Amino acid sequence: MNPVNYLYLAALLFTIGAAGVLIRRNAIVVFMCVELMLNACNLAFVTFSRMHGNLDGQIIAFFTMVVAAAEVVVGLAIIMTIFRSRHSASVDDASLLKL
Amino acid sequence: MENLIGLLVVAPLLGAALLLCGGRRLDKSGHWIGTLLAAASFVIGVVLFADMLGRDGEQRALHTTVFSWVPVGGFQADVGFQLDQLSMTFVLLITGVGTLIHLYSVGYMEHDEKKRRFFGYLNLFLAAMLLLVVADNYLLLYVGWEGVGLASYLLIGFWQHKPSAATAAKKAFIVNRVGDVGLSIAIMLMFTTFGTFAFGPVLESAGDAGEGKLTAVALLLLLAACGKSAQVPLQSWLGDAMEGPTPVSALIHAATMVTAGVYLITRSGSIFNGAPDAQLAVVTVGAVTLLFGAIVGCAKDDIKKALAGSTMSQIGYMILAAGLGPIGYVFAIMHLVTHGFFKAGLFLGAGSVMHGMNDEVDMRRYGGLRKYMPVTFVTFGLGYLAIIGFPGLSGFFSKDKIIEAAFAKGGTEGWILGGAALLGAAITAYYMTRVMIMTFFGEKRWQPDAEGNAPHPHESPRTMTIPMVVLAFGSVFAGGLFSVNDAFLKWLEPVTGHSHGNSPVSALTVTAATVVVLVVGVALAWFQYGRRPVPATAPRGSLLTRAARRDLLQDDFNHVVLVRGGEHLTRSLVYVDHSLVDGVVNGTAASVGGLSGRIAKLQNGYARSYAVSMFGGAAVLIVATLLMRAV
Amino acid sequence: MSFPLLTATAVVPALGAVLTAAVPAARRSAAKWLALVFSLATLALAAVQLVRFDPGAEGPFQLTESHAWIKDFGVRYELGVDGIAVVLIALTALLIPFVILAGWHDADPLGTTSSRWRPTQGFFALILMVEAMVVISFEATDVFLFYIFFEAMLIPMYFLIGGFGDRAGERGEEETAAQRSYAAVKFLLYNLAGGLIMLAAVIGLYVVTADQLGTGTFSLQEIVQARADGQLDIATSTERALFLGFFFAFAVKAPLWPLHTWLPNAMGEATAPVAVLITAVVDKVGTFAMLRFCLQLFPEASKWATPVILVLALVSILYGALLAVGQRDIKRLVAYASISHFGFIILGIFAMTTQGQGGATLYMVNHGISTAALMLVAGFLISRRGSRLIADYGGVQKVAPVLAGTFLVGGLATLSLPGLAPFVSEFLVLTGTFSRYPVIGAIATFGIVLAALYVLVLYQRTMTGPVKESVRGMPDLRVRELVVVAPLIALLIFLGVYPKPVTEIVDPAVEHTMTQVDKVDPKPDVPLTDVEAAK
Repeated sequence: MNPVNYLYLAALLFTIGAAGVLIRRNAIVVFMCVELMLNACNLAFVTFSRMHGNLDGQIIAFFTMVVAAAEVVVGLAIIMTIFRSRHSASVDDASLLKL
Repeated sequence: MENLIGLLVVAPLLGAALLLCGGRRLDKSGHWIGTLLAAASFVIGVVLFADMLGRDGEQRALHTTVFSWVPVGGFQADVGFQLDQLSMTFVLLITGVGTLIHLYSVGYMEHDEKKRRFFGYLNLFLAAMLLLVVADNYLLLYVGWEGVGLASYLLIGFWQHKPSAATAAKKAFIVNRVGDVGLSIAIMLMFTTFGTFAFGPVLESAGDAGEGKLTAVALLLLLAACGKSAQVPLQSWLGDAMEGPTPVSALIHAATMVTAGVYLITRSGSIFNGAPDAQLAVVTVGAVTLLFGAIVGCAKDDIKKALAGSTMSQIGYMILAAGLGPIGYVFAIMHLVTHGFFKAGLFLGAGSVMHGMNDEVDMRRYGGLRKYMPVTFVTFGLGYLAIIGFPGLSGFFSKDKIIEAAFAKGGTEGWILGGAALLGAAITAYYMTRVMIMTFFGEKRWQPDAEGNAPHPHESPRTMTIPMVVLAFGSVFAGGLFSVNDAFLKWLEPVTGHSHGNSPVSALTVTAATVVVLVVGVALAWFQYGRRPVPATAPRGSLLTRAARRDLLQDDFNHVVLVRGGEHLTRSLVYVDHSLVDGVVNGTAASVGGLSGRIAKLQNGYARSYAVSMFGGAAVLIVATLLMRAV
Repeated sequence: MSFPLLTATAVVPALGAVLTAAVPAARRSAAKWLALVFSLATLALAAVQLVRFDPGAEGPFQLTESHAWIKDFGVRYELGVDGIAVVLIALTALLIPFVILAGWHDADPLGTTSSRWRPTQGFFALILMVEAMVVISFEATDVFLFYIFFEAMLIPMYFLIGGFGDRAGERGEEETAAQRSYAAVKFLLYNLAGGLIMLAAVIGLYVVTADQLGTGTFSLQEIVQARADGQLDIATSTERALFLGFFFAFAVKAPLWPLHTWLPNAMGEATAPVAVLITAVVDKVGTFAMLRFCLQLFPEASKWATPVILVLALVSILYGALLAVGQRDIKRLVAYASISHFGFIILGIFAMTTQGQGGATLYMVNHGISTAALMLVAGFLISRRGSRLIADYGGVQKVAPVLAGTFLVGGLATLSLPGLAPFVSEFLVLTGTFSRYPVIGAIATFGIVLAALYVLVLYQRTMTGPVKESVRGMPDLRVRELVVVAPLIALLIFLGVYPKPVTEIVDPAVEHTMTQVDKVDPKPDVPLTDVEAAK
């Protein structure tokens, strides 16, 4: 199978993720969409690794996974705290940090 | 002997310092200290005079350099004194009349609480005026020149709780400053032309400079003289200056300071001699002013202002004479000295009248005072006869010579100038007779003032009458004394030079004409004021009279053009500075602030809008990269 | 190694500032006395400088100190004074004790005394700090060293203007505070903008020297020497650009029209002693730097820019004077008068004649003293009534004659009355200008009429006329105030009658500058006569 198809899939997943981040208000869903974008990137990295015949892309994919895991831990904690104090998981309600 | 010259200036300066910084403990004795130091200066002057007489004509001048004042590169200004016959004449006049007026002031200012300060200022004036006449270079002369301006400012505004006095003082100083600009630039021009501004080198090498330069210097000096001597067009301050106490008017604004312009022109004789165009300007100024002052003098009801107009007119004569060149210098100075006597006497007389009349100055409220103030009447009367040029008295000799000299100028000019001088003599006779009649003759016209205090005219105390008597002697005999054997001419000739000119009319004709116009003037005044009673309120008068009452509208012109114009200019400049010059800067600041405010709005706190800008930015970067690659 | 006199003159006030700031809150008067003592010590050191300075000595700078500082960039700690600097240091050191004495009560806290708030200590410490920086700016012969202190001066000045002011009076507390912070920020921004442009020029100078000499240098003497030897040849356009960078900063500080608008605000809002500090001390660094850096580093560019600068100076003279006539606020009036006077100073510097530059230096000294006298007396007047508006006064002469008298003397000095010090310098500047540029010199002379106008109008409106209700019972000058004013007036009279001690020191320095810019005085038209030659 032509590895370029994987790239198309990655681009599709990234677009879905990006659209979700922009459109959805629920913090959890936004969060999941961010994860989707990260994984789309991972897919692209692995594909490139395969295409170019070296391991650099796979190494970076691991890095991404580690960062994503860390991000999930911190991000979910923040979302939980906000939900507890404000009884809302909408990202638009948390808009106090501005000039 | 040379050291004494410095002492001449230092004595009154010491008095001024003592009296102005001495504090209240000198309140009791201050006026005597001031008078004593003025007298000391006079004594020194007399000693120097005696010494000078002991030498021959050419060796009479004394010269001494005291210290180097401003040495900067080629610019060398010294504090140095020069005492020649011309300076000596002034020194004696200044210290003599000055001492008399100090004495007079002791009586006149007896009840003034600021008496100590008054004498301090008078001493300051004497010091500055003496410095002016004994300086050996133009820059030091300038110090004295402005010094007398300062003293005049302080003394005109002496009763400064009156707004009119404060305004008059300010006006005098500022108008004088306009003249001072002329003197300043003249000195600079001398410096660039001759490399120095000391009298000796400048006047000796004046001939080597081109006529253009000399004319420029001479015209600038004329501007200075106009300011200080109240000549047209800078004459407007003198009338207002009468706000000062009367002794001040007598000393500064009649006998000495206002004649400084004549001194300046005579002193700079060799510059003017080389600049005929400038001399023409000088005689024009003199002739115009002598008529201007005389006309103004005719219309004033305020005795001091009438006398002020007369001063202007008489100085016009002197300037006219000085402008004639070597024909006239000596007579200018001679008239200056005799004028110093009779005009000071007249002012002191006026002061004496005011002293007895509760400070009333309106002549329409005088009348018949000869019975109440006999001494004042006699001394004032002698001064009056002197100023109108009654044959045999001082004014006759000096004025007659000037009229002769004016004709001797020759050509059409000579006729015009001589005619103007003769006309002036007629008007002088008219307005002085008017003053005399309105004050001392006729019915008494005084009334109680607003608070019901009727004046009780009385003769003034001794301290006031003695100076008046002395000055009256001067008014009567000085001119005759000077003319015996042409004594004054021989005395001054080594300094100023002299030539006779060639008069188209004989001296006798001129004298006869002078006497005729004198009689006409007196008679006219007698018909108008002597034969019928003087109305207590001024009649409306003809157009000319009304204009003359307002100083021939020259003040109104100044007010509209200079004062109003200046106010508008400064106000609009303040506006421009605030809104334009500052506005540009503040505008820049405001627009930066506005811009940052706009940009700050992008920071709205919505996470999703930040995300959009991130995606947008990423997209732009990608497109840019692709484009770069494509190129 | 000899005693570092120049460093000491700057370190002593700096040390004084630190110690004054450290005085505990409760010991306010100790802080005042401490500041006064240190300012007097500085004055003593400045006097020693004057004595040790030898006007006849060879070389441009004396009492020099030189140490390597930032080796990589060729920055050196180089100090040295010429006749101009030594006189201006003396002026600074002389004025500071008077400023401190005059401001004795200006920074007393109102009401709240319990807290740790120490405004008095701060006020006097800042004044000493400014003094230290001004002194070292006058001494620095390394461009970079000069630049640092030229800019650093802004910090204490900013706090002095923004932190201390007159009592609120009728304008209200809030309005006063707003105006004051506006003035302080404006002062800072103007001078900072000037300073930044100068910084670019300073860096440019380094680049040029590094390029041509191999190692970059900021040393004034080295650069001047290298240019004289022909090792350093700055391209005409580069020289002009660098000159403009330097000149802009100095013209803001001086201030020259149209960069002047910060001065009236700053002087109006600051207390009178601080206003004196601004105009009599700090601004002098600007005009001084024109003489020392602009003319010596960039002689050709200076001559190139002369016509424009002369016209701007002329505009400053007349414009400042006209605006002074139109002011309603006493302190702003003095500020605009100062702008006019700075015009004269700059005119004298760029006339490029011995008289002009000597006069300009003398003018800096005399303007410092005369403005201090006028402004400090005005400050005493304002502190009595609590208003800066001319219209609120009238007839003061009657109730407080000594105050009025000293005010008049200060005013007469401002209008350059002969016999008082400013006359000598103004006349020298005008003569110097006239001998090269007759038209400009003649027009500038009309400034003396306007000066008479604004001074006498101010005097008439405030001091003469009937006594206003609001000034009735106003006390006359107190002893402390007399101690401030009397010496200044005495000095004005002394330098008016005998300015030779100052001109003697200044003259050689001016001649040195004239040689640097390669100009000679114009010769008189008529050769000297025998009379003159015989002398």
